[in-house]
Amino acid sequence: MPWHRKHLLTVEELSCSEIEQLLATAGAFRRILDRKVKKVPALRGKTIVNLFLEPSTRTRLSFEMAAKFLSADVISFDAASSSTSKGETLRDTAQNIQALSADMIVIRHSASGSPLYLSRVLDIPVVNAGDGAHEHPTQALLDVFTMQEKLGSVKGRKIVILGDILFSRVARSNIHALTKLGANVTIVGPSTLVPRWFESLGVQVSHNLRSALADADVVMLLRIQHERQASSHFPSLGEYTSMFGLNQARAEWIKPDAIIMHPGPINRGVEIDSALADSPRSVILQQVTNGIAVRMAALYLCSGGQPEQVTTPVE
Amino acid sequence: MPLLWITNGRVIDPASKRDGVGDVFIADGKFVASLTTAQKKNAKKINARGLVVCPGLVDIHVHFREPGQTHKETILTGSHAAAAGGFTTVVCMPNTAPVADNAGTIELINNAARKAAVHVYPTGCITVGMKGAQLAPHGSLKKAGVVALTDDGVCIQSNELMHRAVEYAKMFDLSVLDHCQDESMTEKAVMNEGVVSTRLGLRGWPHAAEDIIVARNIILSAYSGAHIHMQHISSAMSVELMRRAKKDGINVTAEATPHHIALTEESLGTYDTNFKMNPPLRTEKDRQAIIAGLKDGTLACIGTDHAPHTPDEKDREFDYAPNGITGLETALPVCLAVLVRENKFKLPYVIDLMTRRAAEVLKLPAGTLAEGATADVCLFDPEETWLYEAKTGFSKSLNSPWSGQKLTGRVKTTIVSGQVVYHDGKIVYEV
Repeated sequence: MPWHRKHLLTVEELSCSEIEQLLATAGAFRRILDRKVKKVPALRGKTIVNLFLEPSTRTRLSFEMAAKFLSADVISFDAASSSTSKGETLRDTAQNIQALSADMIVIRHSASGSPLYLSRVLDIPVVNAGDGAHEHPTQALLDVFTMQEKLGSVKGRKIVILGDILFSRVARSNIHALTKLGANVTIVGPSTLVPRWFESLGVQVSHNLRSALADADVVMLLRIQHERQASSHFPSLGEYTSMFGLNQARAEWIKPDAIIMHPGPINRGVEIDSALADSPRSVILQQVTNGIAVRMAALYLCSGGQPEQVTTPVE
Repeated sequence: MPLLWITNGRVIDPASKRDGVGDVFIADGKFVASLTTAQKKNAKKINARGLVVCPGLVDIHVHFREPGQTHKETILTGSHAAAAGGFTTVVCMPNTAPVADNAGTIELINNAARKAAVHVYPTGCITVGMKGAQLAPHGSLKKAGVVALTDDGVCIQSNELMHRAVEYAKMFDLSVLDHCQDESMTEKAVMNEGVVSTRLGLRGWPHAAEDIIVARNIILSAYSGAHIHMQHISSAMSVELMRRAKKDGINVTAEATPHHIALTEESLGTYDTNFKMNPPLRTEKDRQAIIAGLKDGTLACIGTDHAPHTPDEKDREFDYAPNGITGLETALPVCLAVLVRENKFKLPYVIDLMTRRAAEVLKLPAGTLAEGATADVCLFDPEETWLYEAKTGFSKSLNSPWSGQKLTGRVKTTIVSGQVVYHDGKIVYEV
């Protein structure tokens, strides 16, 4: 099946086969990352602009690396150095970028729905690098990619997402991806950050860490996002850690072969003990590496590339 | 003043319990029982065959943006939108720039209103600057001509201040209209809190934040005896609180908007800012409860909350777009669709909700075809289906969720004080 999508806006809108197609393409790029020369000419002559209206290091760097490995020219800029701080609208900023002959925009924005809005305003492809508390599709896809690498198929597996779910776009995109692929997803954390509404997305909602962790194949930790919280949703970071932090003792509740994931940035000693983050069960850094491959696939496919045509490295 | 003779329409006037095919006569801007043979010869005749002839519609909740935000709407353009929608009496909210918290601003509004196509009544602020800290001069505002007090758009958070405000306003026989929202519960909120906000990753506005203030206002009204009117009720629990308060004989009233009875949060799936308003669209359960509240009289009337914003202002990220939609030109067909066709309300009752009952909330001299009353009339074809396009409408702004949709029920002629102001798609009056 050829790839038809011009934009990558959400995981929610992707079909199961589209997810698998994208992950297979990412797999081909992932093998390239292990070679000495990582560059392929797939997007030579194309210019990608990373429009980051919210702070990011990991995701921005990852998209930049992905673009460079595809031989695209890439320019990143953030809100502080752009006209948006002078009151220019998102529409105008984006249309200017398009008029500057960019071939694609990667957008990160604190306002949910902004990538969809841009996709309607622009003619060039738009890739969502995280919008508010809505979606972060490439993060979820790299998470699934990493799970498949470690566990094989995620179908029937128990995936626990632990932490601040309410404000997490990573959680939402993962929920969509994992439920589409047949995994059993449990979200767990304080009742204020893991509201019952999430059941409508097809997941189990739990506030009991011990029972949630039992039988888990994957434990995905999320950061407490102080910056998104309108008001206090829990008493203190200390209380959070004491009730929901993943430490050595609680790690005993997890199956020995389960993996521990985190989209970063991690707050050591808050949601996860340092020793666990650095343990062999942790795949946190592998997620980061796989992220490049997934983003290469996203950029490549949305530029009109087809899964079966992934080119070999230039020597 | 011309003589008008409206013939052969289905005349519906709930205030005088009239419903039947007949004629309506107007002389010197007032309804009269009949015209003499000589007068009939000179009268302008309007053939209303197939049309409903009812009192001009009354909307006690509009934003005409003058002074200060005339790029969105003016009293003139707003009044044209009203006339096109069959409204002949509207009550303007005071959140202009500057806000209408003083007699001078009210005078400015009243001056502009003289050129309007319909009767435009101003309201004044409850507090200075609508800041919720200090009472505005209610007495001076009353003398300047306000028909009610409100900080619409902002809810007074201090219970003590609200208590004193309604107690003080009562001395001048002024009702207080409240936008019911506990702001501590809705920081940065842009839509109803629930499954849809969860899916869209948008900050939720729980209905409890409305219910708490509705309950507070009921308590303050019971305590002080003052009339408090709850604007744009959006939640099932608020309807239930009102039902109990009405049963207990407490002096409170409430309105429902056409959008809260027609639409739900499900419309927000594509982040369309023309569905963003405050209070937000809620669930099907809430929608049904509001309709039931209108049916049993718990809710007094329909109010549009006509809130124009320019395309540029609405063309933004959902989080940053302003709240509000226009409503005057679509209210009647939307209410016919939801209340008459979908929920089997009797047509005269729906007209009552949009005329007499709305006027009664603020004791406005409007909403009836009775002899001696000001001759404000709406003539509409209840069956005509037409395409509503905001850009060919009369409001200066285009922010309607119904733009581009086919609506059934179309206003043909609007008469204000015996003068035809709108006819067949055109504003036709002279100042």
